Amino acid sequence: MALNKQENRMITVTNLSKVYSGTQVLNIEHLEIPKGQSFGLVGNNGAGKTTFFSLLLDLIQPTTGNVFNNEITVSQSEEWKPFTASFIDESFLIGYLTPEEYFKFVGELRNRNSGDVTKFLQNFEEFFNGEILGRKKYLRDLSKGNQKKVGIVAALIGEPEVVILDEPFANLDPTTQIRLKALIRELLENSEMTILISSHDLIHVTEVCERIVVLDKGRIVNDIRTSEATLKELEQYFAGAAGKEENTLEEDVPQKQV
Amino acid sequence: MFKHFLSLQWNAFTRSASFGKSLGLKIFMAFIAIYFSIVFLFLGIGLYPILEEVFPGGEPLNIVNRWILIYLALELVMRFMLQSLPVMSIKPLLSLPIAKRKVVNYVLLRSLFSFFNFLPLLLIIPFAVFTQHRTGISIISMLGWTVAVYALVLNVNYINFLLKKKFADDLKALLPYLLVVLLFYSLERLGFWSITESFAGGMNAVLEMPFLALLPVLLVFVLFKWNQKVLESRFYLDESLKGKTKEARSQDFQWLRKFGDIAPFLQLDLKLIWRNKRPKTLIFISLLIMGYGMIFYPEETYQNMPAIFVFVGIFMTGIFMINYGQFIPAWDSSYYSMMMAQNIPLKQYLASKAALLSFSVIVLTILTTPYAFFGWKILIINIACAVYNIGINVPVLLFSGSFNRKRIDLEKSPFMNYQGTGAAQWLVGLPLMIIPILLFWILNKFVSFEVGVIVLAGLGLLGIILRSAIMDMVVESYRKNKYAMINGFKQTGE
Repeated sequence: MALNKQENRMITVTNLSKVYSGTQVLNIEHLEIPKGQSFGLVGNNGAGKTTFFSLLLDLIQPTTGNVFNNEITVSQSEEWKPFTASFIDESFLIGYLTPEEYFKFVGELRNRNSGDVTKFLQNFEEFFNGEILGRKKYLRDLSKGNQKKVGIVAALIGEPEVVILDEPFANLDPTTQIRLKALIRELLENSEMTILISSHDLIHVTEVCERIVVLDKGRIVNDIRTSEATLKELEQYFAGAAGKEENTLEEDVPQKQV
Repeated sequence: MFKHFLSLQWNAFTRSASFGKSLGLKIFMAFIAIYFSIVFLFLGIGLYPILEEVFPGGEPLNIVNRWILIYLALELVMRFMLQSLPVMSIKPLLSLPIAKRKVVNYVLLRSLFSFFNFLPLLLIIPFAVFTQHRTGISIISMLGWTVAVYALVLNVNYINFLLKKKFADDLKALLPYLLVVLLFYSLERLGFWSITESFAGGMNAVLEMPFLALLPVLLVFVLFKWNQKVLESRFYLDESLKGKTKEARSQDFQWLRKFGDIAPFLQLDLKLIWRNKRPKTLIFISLLIMGYGMIFYPEETYQNMPAIFVFVGIFMTGIFMINYGQFIPAWDSSYYSMMMAQNIPLKQYLASKAALLSFSVIVLTILTTPYAFFGWKILIINIACAVYNIGINVPVLLFSGSFNRKRIDLEKSPFMNYQGTGAAQWLVGLPLMIIPILLFWILNKFVSFEVGVIVLAGLGLLGIILRSAIMDMVVESYRKNKYAMINGFKQTGE
């Protein structure tokens, strides 16, 4: 890696931990995500994926440590908001708006006028599959999958530098899953966007992410640069985790710093 | 089976996220319930002697009979606004081997144990005992009468549910029924035919032939069956899903662009108010409250108490501000994490809320100007109150909003809806109303009317001038409470 670390670092996490009533749900000593990386986060339920993303967005207070988004401490300044977009769950949607109104609202927050937004949405006609625009429905009346489509696309409005998507593949139909993967790959090729994705689906993440971090009980147990072998490796790890308490993976593959 | 349902509901109650947190509210409700019970009991005991006193010639029982219909009508109106069918979440039950009829029966029978059905007993029974004792009517007659009256009350109970199912979403459909009521009223007024007299005749017949009391009892069963049918036909998931989807219209409110940075939030707020039941109803309530002045202004007794007019002024010009403002930012609770993660500076967000509230005060103040008919003093007081509302009360409400932790479901009706109500709402009422009234009262009493008005308006102006600095403090409070608010707004359930 010939990258100059200092300049290309997008997100830095130091000593980050979160404790809920005595139980530690997240503990990350150090993690760096360089600019333009597609970062995948996998782990079983309760591994701390959503907690981590919520901390990145300053939606919960860290017990210790800090998150720096482009050198800005997220818990102390709001300056990271203009270049960071996210979709965590339905609480990111405004139920009484139509999808068009919602996109325009988000567009306005990101300094895009309604013409820009309309033009932007034209790129997603295939992704929407005719189920979103012009249906005269409020977001609260859309199905879970369609709500998710709206949330994901809204997070891409206004060319954000960092995009955080929690479980973007869940609830989507197979066609849309495939289209979403193509979409993410396209974005990565054509822009400097840093994308953070969490998923339960190992195949999807290995396909779109160049780096995958495995969380277990709040700790990073593996940090892999995606290759041909990655999917196998991950499957073995999770099969092993189901079989026995101790996993051998941690010892076999030393943690890599990217 | 009923035992299961009862334990389910008990668990839902005790395990709800805010159980215990809203203890203060429950104590308050219990207090109200006890208060009304005592009032009704005393009225029940005292009704006979009171009527004897007021209508010396008349027979109290006769007079009561003539009033029963009016009483029942009023009770229906009260119930329509306050009482709702005990709800059960049917979704998890649909796939279980439970007969629909059982669930429906349970809900309908449980409604009989409502406080609304208990209250009239406190009125009817003491009165019946007293009347029997005084007049010596046969016990059978009196018993028949009591049963008949109480059965009528239970009829109202079930009629209310039928009405609610039909009209809850569409109050306009009530209009023809109101016209019928109006028709009966005018017939009675003009002396053509008195429906209350006819009804009283029926009640007297019950006294003569007690077995007639079976008729209203029978009617209770008919209404029960009717309710049963209606509920069973709704016992499908798609019924609740289908009913909700109305065709959405996109609106732009282009004219709001003038407001610059805060325009998108104002647009959002207007859509929030217009498209959701609870905030929408607040508009109608605010317009209704406009009539509040009619209670006070014409009264001779209040003319020398302008402090009362300050209360009316603050209340009328600020009713929307109070009703809507006390739940800021809980109105946005269902998407609060998005608001916090999006590119939204807190100050801008709050400035738009302040603008909305101030705007509502201005509109309502303009609407109250016709009250100048009752004297220029009223106009001046109202304007001073409006300035005070905008300058002081708007920031106070916004500040107290940072202590809101309770989610609000936008689609629920606001009547007797305490969702989202916490200690913050009760406490904020204090400075909102009491301080300006007290201040004015003291100044008016010891200095002069003019000084009182000038000080009120002056304080408001000061608040407007210092708006930016005050808002910085409010923003700081929101920042400090951010995590607790996000967490609180995520808790669903009562």
